[in-house]
Amino acid sequence: MPDKSNLPAAAVTIPRKNRYPLAWVGNGFLIILAVLAAYILVSNLIRNPIVFLQNILDGLKLGFVYALIALGYTMVYGIVKLINFAHGDIFMVGAFTSFFAVSQFNLHKWPQMLMPGFPAGLSVVIGSLTVILLSMLVCILLAVTIERVAYKPLRDAPRIAALITAIGVSFFLEFFGALQFVFSPRFIPYKSPFDTTAWYIQSGIHPIISGQASPDNTISFSNIFLIILVASVLVQIFLQFLVRRTKIGIAMRATSFDKPTARLMGINVDRVISFTFAIGSGFAGLGGVLYAIAYASIWTQLGILPGLKAFVAAVLGGIGSLPGAFVGALIMGQAESLTMSYISTPMRDAVAFTILIIVLLVKPTGIFGEPAGEKA
Amino acid sequence: MELGYLFSTILKMAALIAWIYGLMWGLKHKLLWQKALTVILAFAVIQAAFLIQFGDFALFSAFDQGLLFQAVSMAMVALGLNLIYGFNGQFSLAQWSFYGIGAYCAADITYRWTNGDPSGLLVVGIGVILAAVALAGVGRLLRLKRGIPVLSAFTFYLVALVAAGLVAVVAGRAIAPALVPLFGTSAAPGVLGSAFVRQIVFFLSVLIAGAFAAEVSFMFGLPVLTLGSDYFGIATLGFAIVVQTLMVNSDTILPFPEMKGGRGMIGIPKMTSWVAAFIFLLVVVTIVRNFVRSSTGRAAMSVREDETAAKAMGIDIAGSKLLVFVVGSFVAGIGGGVYAHYIGFLSPATFSFLAGFNPLIIVVFGGLGSMTGSIAASFVWIFFLEGFLRVLLSQLGTDAPTWRFVLYPITLLLLMLIRPQGLLGSVEWGFLKPDAIIRRLKGGGPAAVDQKERA
Repeated sequence: MPDKSNLPAAAVTIPRKNRYPLAWVGNGFLIILAVLAAYILVSNLIRNPIVFLQNILDGLKLGFVYALIALGYTMVYGIVKLINFAHGDIFMVGAFTSFFAVSQFNLHKWPQMLMPGFPAGLSVVIGSLTVILLSMLVCILLAVTIERVAYKPLRDAPRIAALITAIGVSFFLEFFGALQFVFSPRFIPYKSPFDTTAWYIQSGIHPIISGQASPDNTISFSNIFLIILVASVLVQIFLQFLVRRTKIGIAMRATSFDKPTARLMGINVDRVISFTFAIGSGFAGLGGVLYAIAYASIWTQLGILPGLKAFVAAVLGGIGSLPGAFVGALIMGQAESLTMSYISTPMRDAVAFTILIIVLLVKPTGIFGEPAGEKA
Repeated sequence: MELGYLFSTILKMAALIAWIYGLMWGLKHKLLWQKALTVILAFAVIQAAFLIQFGDFALFSAFDQGLLFQAVSMAMVALGLNLIYGFNGQFSLAQWSFYGIGAYCAADITYRWTNGDPSGLLVVGIGVILAAVALAGVGRLLRLKRGIPVLSAFTFYLVALVAAGLVAVVAGRAIAPALVPLFGTSAAPGVLGSAFVRQIVFFLSVLIAGAFAAEVSFMFGLPVLTLGSDYFGIATLGFAIVVQTLMVNSDTILPFPEMKGGRGMIGIPKMTSWVAAFIFLLVVVTIVRNFVRSSTGRAAMSVREDETAAKAMGIDIAGSKLLVFVVGSFVAGIGGGVYAHYIGFLSPATFSFLAGFNPLIIVVFGGLGSMTGSIAASFVWIFFLEGFLRVLLSQLGTDAPTWRFVLYPITLLLLMLIRPQGLLGSVEWGFLKPDAIIRRLKGGGPAAVDQKERA
């Protein structure tokens, strides 16, 4: 740290006011936008608080699914600086794997089918877990294959070549899946491994009888919402533990910080990168299964928009940061749900991307991002 | 029959490439009459090819002629994208949206005009001119102070643009009723309804569409280009999605019932003749070529190579990126106008962000930073995809269109692995070659060279 008193007077930092003239105009514009958004939200909250809360819950459901995908994006980008466009399609493959496992092979009932005396409740839990684990496994294998075949040869190529490759892989997965003998191009009603039940809150929690609507002015939620919530939070905690406490996590952080030096320290960089792809894709597969159960319809381009939103969420929270991805995903979920309810359904993507652009303009590293050091 | 068709398609692609080569070779000559002769010859060759027919066999069937128009508009889009991405290094996925914006804008103007409503031309025309003046004025004022944050600049531009737009709408609506009687009836068309005026309106509409797309790209690019390359790519992807959403809801969110939202806009007059398409292609090629070979273009290329070094050389990086982005979008808008008036039907599905990867793939195939590559790849791409693969894959039944999209990512992946700089790399032909200009500069300007050659 140089001694400041020795510097000539001209080098003293210019007052902030003179450095950015007219900054108040832009800030005023943002404040007007924020006031407008706050007005819309608060007026609707006052008009009907229960519907507002319901929208918040729906947004949370979406946000927690986005969080599962965003984790993979943020880890992969943090380490190889590649927007892995194929990540959203891996999410789609996860959903389809579970669909075929359930509808073709009845994998969700295997304990009961093998052992007829097995208790039904436990059988559903074990069966569903098996389905989810299978989907995650398939996603991991797929992602590692993609990484080995498509991305690894391009690691030293210009970054744009890798980006185009990622787009190519994404297209390939989408349209190969759309072939008749693979997944078919249609929308497919999803067969859930377990029954979704919903409850409503009205001076206590009551179950909603299937086929009936919940009474007016009540908040309803379903078991899949709770599962998504728990899964997302558990994954977040697990990843925090993995990255902070374990050896492979330290290796991941070292690789993301400086690859050549990490290699000099005896870290197998290729293995770490593969591992990162595997972890991220595994949780994308989990997200795919939960998303399909929650929204009950799948097709081969299912992954594009959630993938994109999740990436936006990761950027919003600060790319490379795990809590950032989580918070960003929740913000995206709320933005989407509230825009759909109170502004305009088709414009939900516009609002999401506007938020991204504004956040990046105000804080270029995202909400939780660390300032980028000068790295080669 | 299939084999014969495939063979003839390959032949056509080769012939078109030879034609492009000949055109570029002819245009590189210094004298004006040589250039003019080249243009006329090149035009006549294609026209003659259209006419060749032996019984059932047509050298360029109606289908192939349609492909040619598509290829011309695709070449414009690809050239614009190559400017942005190949020469300036900004990864943009919004090019296809500017193409769509141009297409819808031009189509709306001529659609209204043919239905006896001049308000489209008046409002958009006045709006585009006023907006250009307003943006230039604000830009001039903002340059008085250094270091104005981009958000503040954006706010000023936005206010100016909204004001210009309001004035244009009011003025256009006020003037329009005065012109309506001049259209006459369909039985006895008045001055403005005549075929000649309609041709002029068509040309104007395409240019206005380009300018409109350029102004939209200016407003979008100003804040977004400061984000850095990857974030810029994502933001452009978002822009593409938003534009498509707006197109789907053009009759509900936007006040344009004639665009018919997701059902697609029908009844656009099919006014793109081969003359018009050819003229616009030449104009676009010339614009792009002269831009790239100017000092501004060289500055843009230096930004691609190394931003820090370019900054040290005194190049305004943000300004350079913005200018290139605007010029690229202008070119795309013109391409959109040409396309809309050839096809006569616009659907939002055409401008989906998935289709937006097509020009990107063309630019990558043709070679980043090769104008020749972009033009040639556009022609080859359209004929390959629509002519070749469609026939070849129709054997596969209902999956045929999907197989197309399965095969081209694979080609793309292979290309990226084997030859990341594109098929043609940075090769340029004739007119587009850089040394043609450098030679001229060394010889002491064009006049000196001409005299030397005459002597």
